[in-house]
Amino acid sequence: MATGTEEHGGEAGGLAIHPMDQFIVKPLFRDIEPGTCVPADGITEGCVKWYEVTNVTLWMGIAVLVLIGLFVLSTRHRGIVPSRLQSVAELFYGFIHNMVEEVTGHEGAKFFPYVMTLFMFIFLANILGLIPMSFTTTSHIAVTAVLAMMVFLTVTLVGFWRKGIGFLSMFWVSSAPLILRPVLAVIEVISYFVRPLSHSIRLGGNLMAGHAVIKVFAGFAGVMGVASIVPIAGIAAVYGLEVLVAAVQAYVFTILTCVYLRDAVGDAHH
Amino acid sequence: MATDATAEAGKSAGLPQLDFTTWPNQIFWLLVTLVVIYLVLSKVALPRIGAVLAERKGTITNDLAAAEELRQKAVEAERAFNEALATARAEAAKIVAAAKADIQKDLDAATAKADAEIAAKAADSEGKIAEIRAGALEAVEAVAKDTARELVTALGGSADARAVTAAVSARLKG
Amino acid sequence: MEGELALLGKYIGAGLATIGLGGAGIGVGHVAGNFLAGALRNPSAAASQTATLFVGIAFAEALGIFSFLIALLLMFAV
Repeated sequence: MATGTEEHGGEAGGLAIHPMDQFIVKPLFRDIEPGTCVPADGITEGCVKWYEVTNVTLWMGIAVLVLIGLFVLSTRHRGIVPSRLQSVAELFYGFIHNMVEEVTGHEGAKFFPYVMTLFMFIFLANILGLIPMSFTTTSHIAVTAVLAMMVFLTVTLVGFWRKGIGFLSMFWVSSAPLILRPVLAVIEVISYFVRPLSHSIRLGGNLMAGHAVIKVFAGFAGVMGVASIVPIAGIAAVYGLEVLVAAVQAYVFTILTCVYLRDAVGDAHH
Repeated sequence: MATDATAEAGKSAGLPQLDFTTWPNQIFWLLVTLVVIYLVLSKVALPRIGAVLAERKGTITNDLAAAEELRQKAVEAERAFNEALATARAEAAKIVAAAKADIQKDLDAATAKADAEIAAKAADSEGKIAEIRAGALEAVEAVAKDTARELVTALGGSADARAVTAAVSARLKG
Repeated sequence: MEGELALLGKYIGAGLATIGLGGAGIGVGHVAGNFLAGALRNPSAAASQTATLFVGIAFAEALGIFSFLIALLLMFAV
């Protein structure tokens, strides 16, 4: 492993850019000596402590500040005729509120703040991650996995709490022929448990892929001289796509949350 | 510089996402962030925006209702105006009719009086004419009697006054 | 030598894994194309089904992302 790493490092150095380095979690107020975090060997002083202020903290904090600016400061006048920022906030409110009402039905309306929290966090993190030199918190599996597990646990617990053992009936496809039902039940159960995996990998993977592609193009631009106009144009195009992806992935994560919540609070099949 | 390069190389080993030593840190800060966002949204922002939206909806509804009310009032006012106009017209027509009737009555009375007067005068005149006629007839009789007597005398007869008178009367009557 | 061979295998494997993204591309195109075809037939119903469109695209895309993830794992983690 060690030699492989060395070789790999040398080759990546040829491009003078490491597409994955943008994802490294670093403490803000101290430098970490390389190789000082090998928990298997008991070396932990170089590890990032759980309470340490890192770039993750910084960009999540910026997201919170943007959110407060957008949703609290802009609405402090409670204008009947909204200011520009207030109408943006109202736009988000109306968008998510409609989505929750439409997809989960009336019963799901009390999950609106929860869904709104997820959407606004993912959306702001995605968009802020597109600022050059920034850090994309949602490109980390750790973050998306926690988000997806929260949704999974919420859906499961709320489902059992509201429907009791009847929640399991969603695995028993009553519209299928009797012979097929056990097979389908197995498939449904598996797909149910794969949900948090796909839910989290989709978001993290999309973000990671887009940012890595931009960095790879940037690496090409560095070594191509005048012809680097081509990868630079490519970066611009991919950046535009990434803005779209940032919004769409936040939307997809949220709407899938709503779809899963419908299983728990609404009629399972319709 | 060389150590830097190796440091970079060492750091770029493996996927940062799969460096599990940073997971507790990320998860901790994520949970903090989510709790803060949830509290900000559910305690402050969402109720406020919801209230603003409801208030705006209410205001719009109220304004529409007020406009509708004003329109209703305008319609009402127009109807009242029309009604007043019609009443005034009817009143005027009534007054005109009353005046007309009054005048007619006066006229009728005057006409009747005039008629009566004319009739009286006519009757009076007739009486007088009759009197005159009667007077004339008497005069005619007297003249005829006198004439007859004179004639009789002139012809040489002795005129019995009574007989002449009787004869003249009989002739006049006949 | 053995390390070189492992590296070779890693890179070939990573390259092969990215072929899976083509499937995701086909899937997403299929979903979007069929949505468009349906939407042109009945435009009034299209607006209410955009959510379904995105969910479908998300499911199709997730599987492609899995193969991308395998590629990344081969490149950086194995």
